[in-house]
Amino acid sequence: MADDPKFKNRKFKAVGTRPPRPDGLDKVTGRAKYGADTFAPGQLVALVLRSPHAHAQIKRIDTSKAEKLKGVKAVITSKDLPDVTNGDRDLYDTLENCLARDRALYDGHAVAAVAAIDELTARKALKLIRVTYKVLPHVTDVDAAMKPGAPIVQPRVYTRGVSPKPKSPSNVAKVSEFGHGDVEAGFKAADVVVEKSYKTEQTHQGYIEPHACLASVGPDGHGELWVTTQGHFVYRNTCAALLGMDVAKLKVTASEIGGGFGGKTHVWMEPIALALSRKANRPVKLEMTRDEVFRSTGPTSSTSIDVKIGVKKNGTITAASAELRYQDGAFPGIWAMLGAMTAYACYDLKNVKTIGYDVLVNRPKVAAYRAPSAPMAAFAVESTINEVAAKIGMDPVDFRIKNAAKEGTKSSYGPTYGPIGIGPTLAAVKKHPHMRGKLGKNQGRGMACGFWFNFGGETCTDLNIGVDGTVTLTVGTVDVGGARASLSLIAAEELGIPYERVKCNIADTGSLGHNHMTDGSRGTFSSGMSTIFAARHAIEELCQRAANTWEIPVKDVVWHEGNAIAKGKKHKQLQPLSLGDLAAGSENTGGPIAGHSQIVADGAGVSFASHICDIEVDPETSATKVVRYTVIQDAGKAIHPDYVEGQFQGGAAQGIGWALNEEYIYGDDGRLQNPGFLDYRIPVCSDLPFIDTQILEIPNPNHPYGIRGVGETSIVPPLAAIGNALSDITGVRMTHVPMSPPRIRKAIKEKQA
Amino acid sequence: MLKVCLSGPLKSAADGAASVLISAATIRELLRELVKQYPQMQIQLDDGIAVSVNGDIFRDNWSQEIPEGAEVFLLPRIQGG
Repeated sequence: MADDPKFKNRKFKAVGTRPPRPDGLDKVTGRAKYGADTFAPGQLVALVLRSPHAHAQIKRIDTSKAEKLKGVKAVITSKDLPDVTNGDRDLYDTLENCLARDRALYDGHAVAAVAAIDELTARKALKLIRVTYKVLPHVTDVDAAMKPGAPIVQPRVYTRGVSPKPKSPSNVAKVSEFGHGDVEAGFKAADVVVEKSYKTEQTHQGYIEPHACLASVGPDGHGELWVTTQGHFVYRNTCAALLGMDVAKLKVTASEIGGGFGGKTHVWMEPIALALSRKANRPVKLEMTRDEVFRSTGPTSSTSIDVKIGVKKNGTITAASAELRYQDGAFPGIWAMLGAMTAYACYDLKNVKTIGYDVLVNRPKVAAYRAPSAPMAAFAVESTINEVAAKIGMDPVDFRIKNAAKEGTKSSYGPTYGPIGIGPTLAAVKKHPHMRGKLGKNQGRGMACGFWFNFGGETCTDLNIGVDGTVTLTVGTVDVGGARASLSLIAAEELGIPYERVKCNIADTGSLGHNHMTDGSRGTFSSGMSTIFAARHAIEELCQRAANTWEIPVKDVVWHEGNAIAKGKKHKQLQPLSLGDLAAGSENTGGPIAGHSQIVADGAGVSFASHICDIEVDPETSATKVVRYTVIQDAGKAIHPDYVEGQFQGGAAQGIGWALNEEYIYGDDGRLQNPGFLDYRIPVCSDLPFIDTQILEIPNPNHPYGIRGVGETSIVPPLAAIGNALSDITGVRMTHVPMSPPRIRKAIKEKQA
Repeated sequence: MLKVCLSGPLKSAADGAASVLISAATIRELLRELVKQYPQMQIQLDDGIAVSVNGDIFRDNWSQEIPEGAEVFLLPRIQGG
């Protein structure tokens, strides 16, 4: 009963309100401690030497002069991180990405590192390290990497997902096909078929806080790591495995996090800091510069996508296909596969086929970025959807409504949907005042839809009741967007006490069982479920304590709005005992009162959003400005609506930047040309309008409160919504993201010519 | 017998089959039987998989029971941001 995950409709008192977040004061006053904000006695400063080449054999590394420099306490190369991965391919890729072994695979790949008494000494030491490279041919473009004769990025990679197994290595690391029905027959049955090709450039998550950590490993094999991360338990396991340490002997504490969005789900330089500390026998602080963040941590894929959609004149889609080529950087990933899975997830299609090609290039290892891979696929599909609607003279919203997936639809990636929110978000678009708002001069309007899976995973939570009746909630999922407020609301709701009586802490890895990281929009879904169960276990204990106090059977005790109540006429003389009363008397009724939960939170509900965008285009310069933007998304249940809206707005803002400005630019030499926020421009407040939001609540049947997860989906539609708005005002279909002024101007000129 | 649908790179591990018949009452049993019939599937399992049972996706709970006649999809395990 206590651990029943099934949704039960109920009226909430605390859930759905908007109290201040518990970490708010610290964050606005500067007291919050981020990755670089902690210090240890005797700590050293670490710096990393990085490859200036996109692809090069490392023939020799001479560290002797650096090691002799006064003040240098340790210098490491890959020899100091020996391969103890025991054949685990993914772990070996992580090891090689952290510190290059025989080859540097991209501009910025770490080659060696030093720890010294101060930054100046460390910088001098880096200059004394001599690396002898043999420069190799490189490839940074996804389409070029697939061509015959392209330089092979990883000779150990043979294409997976094809049969029979290839006999030679390839830059195509994986082929993933999804779909059902007969697309060829579907295209034959269509009255109109539209085919379009698209490209999207590589973008970074752009979190404001660079990666930073403080590592300390002693000669006894015990270590500690303070780090900015989305998943300190996962970091612990990975680092321990890479360094050959016992998991229990490495304690990892997550700092406050200044943004992650998927980029802090992977270890990058933390094993280097630990290895330096182990060698120097001193604590080591390692902070990345912004340049290093861009050059050596995981951006999202750049892509090249072909889309084909067939439709009847009445608006029914008869077939849809897509070929999606995503670059993974220098290590195999699943990014094209995710694009292929999500591309047509919004639609009810009888015939659909998608093929994803995960492709290796000489760029940094790609990492997740908020609904990873879905925005690029949605850009291609949702742009084409508008083209198809225009061809048959149908309103693009009506066209989407006619073809939208619903409960019982066989999804394009396989399973049949339960209750979902794409239809309701589209219906809300139709009714929204934004759609009736008058457009100004040189302004156009567009809309688009988006999908993300969401998921749950391993979760462990403690709930302890203090002697004064306040509650300490201890969770293991990092708070990236207001989760402590949401989880405190959930604990308050279950226990029937005020929100202010709950304090939520993020435990270090030594204090709680394993928790998967905060990704996949799982934080509030998973830890929310675990908090509910922990609170219910605590309530069982509270009822037992009341029964002990009253000397009656526990079956006669119920919990109601923060009080234990004795049921039945025979107990009518017994006054209710509040949580505070029971806490105060706990010493004599059995000791501390606590609840615990350790679960796998499966059954996450899929998420859909529809966005509306108005954009203004300067007719002379093609400069653009988003003048109005609306996000409509299904949250399942909004626990703290402020932070749900914040996620909607944050995702949209990142999507707008991606659509209009952001782009990794590589030179012919394979080096990144714009590794800084001056040349890689993310939107700032003055670039954006207030982003309006509308929360829909279609409960997830697999969560007690109906929570789905809201962190990612809202980055999916903006690229296409903006593309469709630009098409509305310019009459030009933009097929290359970012849709920067030069590209818009070029497209307009080409059309005029 | 359950009809287990395969998608993405999982198909190639089952000689290109879009679906296979497996007798199993739980996800753990299903995966064990799959590897017995298709040893190449172990590589895919090591990469990570998820199992959809009647539309609900299970990534980690291998004790989940599978009702007779359920729609079962084997999916690659996904990552999120």
